[in-house]
Amino acid sequence: MEGESYRGIWVFAEQRQGKLKDVAYELLAKGRELASALKTEISAVCLGYGIDEVDKLIAHGADKVYLVDSPELADSQEDLYTHELVKLIREHKPEIVLAGATAFGRAVIPRVAAILKTGLTADCTGLDIDADKRLLLQTKPAFGGNVMAVITCPAGRPQMATVRPRVFKKNPPDGTRKGEIVKVDFDREGVTSRTRLLQFVEDITERIRIEEADIIVAGGRGLGDGKNFDMLWELASVLGAAVAASRPAVDEGWVPYSHQVGQTGKTVCPKLYIAVGISGAVQHLVGMQTSDIIVAINDDPNAPIFEVATYGIVGDLFKVVPMLIDKLKNR
Amino acid sequence: MNIIVCLKQVPATTEVKVDPQTNTIIREGIKSIINPLDSYALEEGVRLKERCGGKVTAISMGPPQAEEALREAISLGADEAVLICDKAFAGADTWATAYTLAAAIGKLGQYDIVICGRQTLDGDTGQVGPQLAEMLGVAFIAYVSKIEEVAPQRLRVRRMVEEGYEVIEAALPAVITVVKEINVPRLPSLRGLARAKSAAIPVWTAGELGLDPKLVGLSGSFTRVIKVFSPQRTCRGEVLQGELEGQVECLVSRLKDAGVI
Repeated sequence: MEGESYRGIWVFAEQRQGKLKDVAYELLAKGRELASALKTEISAVCLGYGIDEVDKLIAHGADKVYLVDSPELADSQEDLYTHELVKLIREHKPEIVLAGATAFGRAVIPRVAAILKTGLTADCTGLDIDADKRLLLQTKPAFGGNVMAVITCPAGRPQMATVRPRVFKKNPPDGTRKGEIVKVDFDREGVTSRTRLLQFVEDITERIRIEEADIIVAGGRGLGDGKNFDMLWELASVLGAAVAASRPAVDEGWVPYSHQVGQTGKTVCPKLYIAVGISGAVQHLVGMQTSDIIVAINDDPNAPIFEVATYGIVGDLFKVVPMLIDKLKNR
Repeated sequence: MNIIVCLKQVPATTEVKVDPQTNTIIREGIKSIINPLDSYALEEGVRLKERCGGKVTAISMGPPQAEEALREAISLGADEAVLICDKAFAGADTWATAYTLAAAIGKLGQYDIVICGRQTLDGDTGQVGPQLAEMLGVAFIAYVSKIEEVAPQRLRVRRMVEEGYEVIEAALPAVITVVKEINVPRLPSLRGLARAKSAAIPVWTAGELGLDPKLVGLSGSFTRVIKVFSPQRTCRGEVLQGELEGQVECLVSRLKDAGVI
């Protein structure tokens, strides 16, 4: 079988404006487990311009880093990234390629798989190895998280998956790890970029990004009014947390869409998720139910949010939240 | 402007169950709808036509009953619709789906833009749009939240990223996927409903698209679903008791003990 010439695991280490995203370290941690099950090595592949702290990829588990650092890659033009990734994968033939299921990863990686004529599983929440067949067992949610599917790619190589950020935990960096950084010249020949970045507008309401936050304070319909979100912003600032919202709160225009957690918004997995006035429709739960600790504050004891909550307070959020702010300030 | 909108018919609910005997999803008695995010794609296509003139063609790959979704698309403003339907297409993964859609778009002839929803409600992959663009060999932009300007051979859009949004210009033709922020879909008009009733919807098979049956459906798919199951949602929680103030104190100390605050 052709697959026998493919060896090793690759992690696409995504960066934005030269800063590596955490999902790269998370994938390296999981990738190391998979690599030892397959008795093979793990490499990171990193494209961009002026990328900081590339050696951190080694400290977090990479045996090798393929680094393509070029001014032409500064604006994350997807045509160029797609082309370069395809070229590197064809040259080095990894058997598995993992990438973060970020906005960028979910746009570029499917195109890479389309060109390579191989399988790609989207938005995985679990990865495992069938060592005998050298198959990657990919678990992904479907139907908004009501169903889980295990997917394999028996014949196509590499086996490719995008993985939700924050599903896997990164390992603490080990500065004594040894690894090799392989610098690759960017070869633009034969590729034209059909898109051009004209402007980037940062969302300033999102002072801490919900995908990266350790603590999230989320509000829902129970807040009753947009101005009541001020209370959540205050709670968030006491905790150093980000503010998120359920779909009804976004649909009401209380909070911008970039803060929405759930099926049609973002998936988060913080250490602590405090759901305030959120009933917990399944569409919301799929976006946050893997959080380490979930606190629910709601006056309806039958709200489904209490089924996933680690700690629940049944009560009037307009009383509970100010008390909580007060206690946290005086902790 | 020739606008193509890709639609999928999906179950009206995500609250589906897995049959523990057969390991398949129980679909009986579940109504079908146009995938919600695809209705934003359709609406944007119709708005684009209203702005620039031209024609909106809705296409869908699916079983014979997917024709209903295409009739609904006509009632919502699509001018024409084509159903891509063949037993050979069953079980397609995103690669085989994109491959088949690309062949159908090739048969439709000249086009300026293909609009898809960000992802479907059932498969949840979001991969068909980018893979389709690649197979058509045209520009691709994901997560479009606004079409700012359309000029001949050029498109300027807002694309959502985690940190905010980007303004991107693309050469046409292009494939874009849209997020729900882009518009508020309209309701069907009476005229649209009448048109939908009488519209002829051609059905294109693998043979008519000149496709090798080995490259479509399950046999053309690189991935295999080896298992489906319902996730276990274990109730691990503790509802705090007592006076509200005491509960809040208790919560703070639990969170401190857990080391999260």
